[in-house]
Amino acid sequence: MSLADAVIPGRPVAVAPGVHWVGALDPEMRQFDIILRTANGTSYNAYAVRGHNGVAVIDTVKEDFAGDFFARLWACCKPEEIRAIVLNHLEPDHSGALPELLAAAPQAPLYISRPALGMLKGLLKDGLDPARIVAVTDDTRVELGGRSLRFLPTPYLHWPDTQCTWVEEDGLLFSGDVFGCHFCDARLFNDRAGDFRFSFDYYYQHIMRPFREFVLQALGLIEPLPIRLIAPAHGPVLRDHPQTYVRRYRQLAEPLLANEAAGRAKTLLVFYISAYGNTARMAQAVRDGAEGVDGVRVSLYDLVGGEPGPFADLIEEADGLLFGSPTINGDAVKPVWDLLSSLTLVKVKGKLGGAFGSYGWSGEAVGLIEDRLRGLKLRVPRSGVKVKLIPTAEELAECAAFGRDLAEQLVGRAGPRHIDFTAPQALSA
Amino acid sequence: MPKAQVTFEDIEVTVTVPAGTRLIEVSEKVGAGITYGCREGECGTCMMKIVGGSENLANPSVLEDKVLKENFAGIGNRLACQAQVLGGHVVVRPG
Repeated sequence: MSLADAVIPGRPVAVAPGVHWVGALDPEMRQFDIILRTANGTSYNAYAVRGHNGVAVIDTVKEDFAGDFFARLWACCKPEEIRAIVLNHLEPDHSGALPELLAAAPQAPLYISRPALGMLKGLLKDGLDPARIVAVTDDTRVELGGRSLRFLPTPYLHWPDTQCTWVEEDGLLFSGDVFGCHFCDARLFNDRAGDFRFSFDYYYQHIMRPFREFVLQALGLIEPLPIRLIAPAHGPVLRDHPQTYVRRYRQLAEPLLANEAAGRAKTLLVFYISAYGNTARMAQAVRDGAEGVDGVRVSLYDLVGGEPGPFADLIEEADGLLFGSPTINGDAVKPVWDLLSSLTLVKVKGKLGGAFGSYGWSGEAVGLIEDRLRGLKLRVPRSGVKVKLIPTAEELAECAAFGRDLAEQLVGRAGPRHIDFTAPQALSA
Repeated sequence: MPKAQVTFEDIEVTVTVPAGTRLIEVSEKVGAGITYGCREGECGTCMMKIVGGSENLANPSVLEDKVLKENFAGIGNRLACQAQVLGGHVVVRPG
């Protein structure tokens, strides 16, 4: 323990007058939720907010750390003083001590977002008296006496149930996972902790980025607030220039370099990989066909020459994605899957997708890629083009037509189509 | 053979199908953007919006009704893996 440490075992930490941090430190954590790494652990931040009439507890901690949480909580309030329990987000690292807290303070209602209602059932298997649950709305106020809580809906940051809690009188934003990071530091405050800027950006990139449009929506609610302190659910408490972190979210959520074609053209990316040049020739034909459609900017990329990270950045900004892969041993090849498995970090839902490829025996790659694209919630309006070995001129023309058709779909010129599945040839297709 | 028509609004495709077809049987074939999870009416992944002609679908089963409620379904939401088109014309879109 150093002299600079704010966190002392068993003691709450004052973060503002009448507001205490009652969370827990987890310095040994190295991997979070499988997908995140952390070089120096994390913290589970929970807070007790006192008014003249009682105390609100905002979030709890991971179940293993409930002892730390209650030691700090009961050092700054009595169970009977608790007037409200707020969960900004129901993930287990914030709700682990909830059952015990609900039992300790049976008089206190639980304030959660409406989407959290369904999850609560999964969390509290024994159920909870519905009379104790308040699904908050824009009008909900929790009066503590001299200060009050209200709630900002910030869905999908990073769960559907996420909300922030705002104490207007003091300019305090209890932001849940928003503006948080996995960085454990007993000095607790951003102006005293070690350099956690990389953790802040890393957390955004891995947790918030897939929900970029919801980040921008939430910033619309948060940016106008006269924030004096941000109290997130992980990492340092942001008391020094908290607006800097709000601005950083804005920077991270917007593309670094504007797409000069945006606004006047749809963007279609054609990724391919080719063993003998056959799928490459198909890709070029697809590109040529798509380029013939006005208002579409088409780009062709050989997967051998790139890495999933930068390609994912491109994909995030694109309107349509096509993938060309040969079939080897009954599957698409690994670089295709490497890229497709990277797309959970960016939002691709609703983009247009398609696949094509040359094959020697059976040609499973195209269908497998299409299934993955549908799984990622892309629209796959056309069955892909499969060519056995070397494409003929007719087959390349078919590829060009495929590219043209998808480009027309992108700009809305494909027009309605009709398929009769009751016709014998359609049923057998 | 009694027939029905289904329009998938997101891809502007209309299909003619035998009456009694479940939407799951055709939506993937034509590339509509409806995505599936369990395919058995339990997970709610394939919840879609009926834009028109909902009266041409069979009523939801007890199971579908339960899953729709659990997923906070709005008016006009159905599960594509369960919804069966009985005739006429139904217009759907994902989500």
